Amino acid sequence: MREVAIVGVGCTGFKSVTPEISYKEMMFEAATRAYQDAGNINPRKDIDAFISVAEDYWEGFSIFDEFVPDQLGAVLRHLFTVSGDSIIGLATAYMLIKTGYFNTVALESHGKPSDILTLHDIVSFAMDPILNRPLGGHPFYVAGMEMNRFLCTTGNTRDQCAMIVAKNKGNALSNAFAAYGANVDVEDVLNSDMQFYPLKKIEISKPADGGIVIILASDKVATKLNENPVWIKGVGWASETPSLETRCWSKAIYARLAAEMAYKKAGIMTPSVEVDFAEVDDLFSYKELQHMEALKLCRSGEAGKLTEEGITQLDGYLPINPSGGMLGMGWPLEAAGLQRLQEVVLQLRGQAGNRQLSDVEIGVAQSWRGIPTATGAVAVLSNYKG
Amino acid sequence: MFGKKRVAVIGAGMTLFRRNLKETGKELAWEASNMALDQAGLELKDIESVVMGTAPDAFDGVHMKGEYLADGAGAWRKPYSRVFVGGGTGVFAIDAGWWHIASGQFDTCMVVAEEKMSSCYPHPAYAFTTIFDPIYSRPLGVTLIWIFALEMHRYMHVHGIKKEDIARVSVKNKRNALDHPCAQLGANITIEDVLNSEVMCWPVQRLDISPTSDGGAALILASEDVAKKITDNPVWIDGVGWCIDTTFWTNRDLYYPKYVQGAAQMAYKMAGIKNPPKEIDVAEVYDPFDYKELHHMEGLMLARKGQAPKLTAEGVTQRDGDLPINPSGGLLGVGNPIAAAGLMKCCEIFWQLRGEAGKRQVKGDPRTGLAQAWGDLMQYGSVVVMRS
Amino acid sequence: MSEKIKHFPGESLKGRDIREGRVPTIKHRPNVKYLWSAGVAMSRFLEGLKKGKIVGSSCKKCQRIMVPPRAFCEECFRPVDGYTNVKDTGTINTYSVSYVAGDASRIKEPILVAVIDLDGASKGMGILHLLGEIDDWKTIKFGMKVKAVWKLPEERTGTITDIKYFKPME
Repeated sequence: MREVAIVGVGCTGFKSVTPEISYKEMMFEAATRAYQDAGNINPRKDIDAFISVAEDYWEGFSIFDEFVPDQLGAVLRHLFTVSGDSIIGLATAYMLIKTGYFNTVALESHGKPSDILTLHDIVSFAMDPILNRPLGGHPFYVAGMEMNRFLCTTGNTRDQCAMIVAKNKGNALSNAFAAYGANVDVEDVLNSDMQFYPLKKIEISKPADGGIVIILASDKVATKLNENPVWIKGVGWASETPSLETRCWSKAIYARLAAEMAYKKAGIMTPSVEVDFAEVDDLFSYKELQHMEALKLCRSGEAGKLTEEGITQLDGYLPINPSGGMLGMGWPLEAAGLQRLQEVVLQLRGQAGNRQLSDVEIGVAQSWRGIPTATGAVAVLSNYKG
Repeated sequence: MFGKKRVAVIGAGMTLFRRNLKETGKELAWEASNMALDQAGLELKDIESVVMGTAPDAFDGVHMKGEYLADGAGAWRKPYSRVFVGGGTGVFAIDAGWWHIASGQFDTCMVVAEEKMSSCYPHPAYAFTTIFDPIYSRPLGVTLIWIFALEMHRYMHVHGIKKEDIARVSVKNKRNALDHPCAQLGANITIEDVLNSEVMCWPVQRLDISPTSDGGAALILASEDVAKKITDNPVWIDGVGWCIDTTFWTNRDLYYPKYVQGAAQMAYKMAGIKNPPKEIDVAEVYDPFDYKELHHMEGLMLARKGQAPKLTAEGVTQRDGDLPINPSGGLLGVGNPIAAAGLMKCCEIFWQLRGEAGKRQVKGDPRTGLAQAWGDLMQYGSVVVMRS
Repeated sequence: MSEKIKHFPGESLKGRDIREGRVPTIKHRPNVKYLWSAGVAMSRFLEGLKKGKIVGSSCKKCQRIMVPPRAFCEECFRPVDGYTNVKDTGTINTYSVSYVAGDASRIKEPILVAVIDLDGASKGMGILHLLGEIDDWKTIKFGMKVKAVWKLPEERTGTITDIKYFKPME
């Protein structure tokens, strides 16, 4: 069976604003770094397929795919766009290599929310045009409703959500890619403005600009390109219903289904024991808890307790979001998944600097497409081919 | 291909193509999927993964349109993703379905395409005003028809092609569409009708262009093992290909679509095709404008550069000709709900290769068929080669 | 199979069914606004236009002078080596005559559009622009020489429309 590895990562960002460069120049910079990282590979001839992950309204174009090839070195080559989550992009690259027809794939995703003047109106524009949109309001009320139901059903607490913010912003202080590292404590979070009850202002990840490019390779060529390949043991992705009216509000079903698929391929039976650390979506503070439970890293209702006991800290036995998550690094729209994935790769390579975890072999990256979707993806990675 | 998985098409479905359909995008996706499942003799529970192909969100008026359409496409609680390469999306969607199965990750995949262009008010053309670069193009008021007219004119100029040579394509495809039960614009017209139609953007005239449409289409793909259990006559996906050229379309010579050639070479290599005009029995070539059928035939190496008009004039591309092109009636005749139109072409090749195209059936016993679409800023080619 | 299918779904509506409210509809105008950073290369281009110059960029490896300018060469995949002015004259690579506006409505006075290969840039390096000062569009020819007609310096704002149009040179 053909195996798939990550042999290069390149990142630019993350910053709250980037007026000095265009999105194209940002992508070029990230791509150049990734190709360099993958043994100085030449994209004009050595990359078999290119994938860009983008959504039109995040970019302000009707067919964003048009504007991608040049800055990735993909002119007159085999590139396409996945309008989805960037870990679904990873799954796509993984499948391409598994077919046996492709040995190297470049995967790109970026966000430049500072170019968008009406970000939340665009989020609203994703809501059902007949049932939901006419009701108006800021679309993040959906997060408030979900948080309320999640806390009520599972018994996790308001204060435990606040601890996520303190932990992640703290972790981000030692991450040069992070835009929003800060020393905050639970008191600061609880004193922050109430925005979408029970969600406080500081519990919402702030937008950030940046781009990431990942190079994947088959086992045939992986070790030639990078002596420390990180192996993809399994990927999974799933969509719950888009309907706000009929979805499950207490559990992240999409993440559970995606995780089950990824774990099955990776041969992981007991995630809470076998997974050494995870990067999970924390667009809103409570999402980290909800996603930990969906990923079976703990039992339902236990994620808050683990957080409170410090088990998910950098020095705990199950570190979650050592990068600082999106609360610390910023929310780069569809690139959020690759932001999670990049940290898992750096940790497994032992290149995470001050926040390096010790003795890690298996890491999980998980993403969610944000409001109003119920779509997410999971990747299980290891530094052992096994 | 030893060690590599073969992928079959085992069912197809589509809705009517019309200027305005009452159904929403979700409902169109559902109708097409439901028919495809029915034709394959499967139920939704048998489907392990879903691929959505749909063009700009600006048509339906929903950001993250793929998410909105998910339940219509039968993706509830399934692995689901959306691919998007502009007008190339319809044919690219089947390419995406192919790798879901060829990778060994799934045994079945439903490929669904939908377009609800009429939601974009007051005219779907509005959606196209934002496909251009905001710095060096949009301030000029550029429209989609401008740039195609520029390409058509360049193609005509370089090869000395006359308008009537191009009009023949429109005549042929609209006539073919008379036999398609879903067609929006099947008609018996003459070359003169095309040449006398309203000038939109010289050299493009009214009858050179396909309409805007609503519609849906779907295909069911399966691994070899599963397909052989379900049907005696699967159609195999033997080659997929795609290729993109530079964003700077004013820096290219528009007379020849290198990106289509790049996509075709990829697919031909996979399918082991050495001599395309000899080995391909029937083709559905992307024809949103009549000149594009000719332009694309050349890019696909089904005709030498500048020779496609001659083949058309000689009747080679008619349904009873040696190389039938667009027996369905194409976008010019059946209609052009962007991504659904591309997938309609794949449905047609499926039906042709199974000998089930009824009045549209091409002569002989076609064994190898090709579908192709084109997209982005005149820069994208997507191709699939199928065999019975 | 299509021959076996007796009924294809879909209920066709007339345009007036919608316009005259015979079917229920929902109207929504999205509030979507952007302020794009022009970036390194395009900022130079726009600043050049303000000064009455067309800026290109150059790559030493493939020896091309490219316009519109870019910060990196897409052929060689490396940063460009510098920026240089090209001429505001060129030849018509292809042209069209548009009677249709962006919303598909018809316009009386057609807009003349062309891809113009600029002098001083590498072969085939064209830009999209309008043609003007042409009484009869049938006099436009492929390969015709044209020159930019600029707005007055005080009217220029650093956009592509600082060039009003290109006009025939003879």
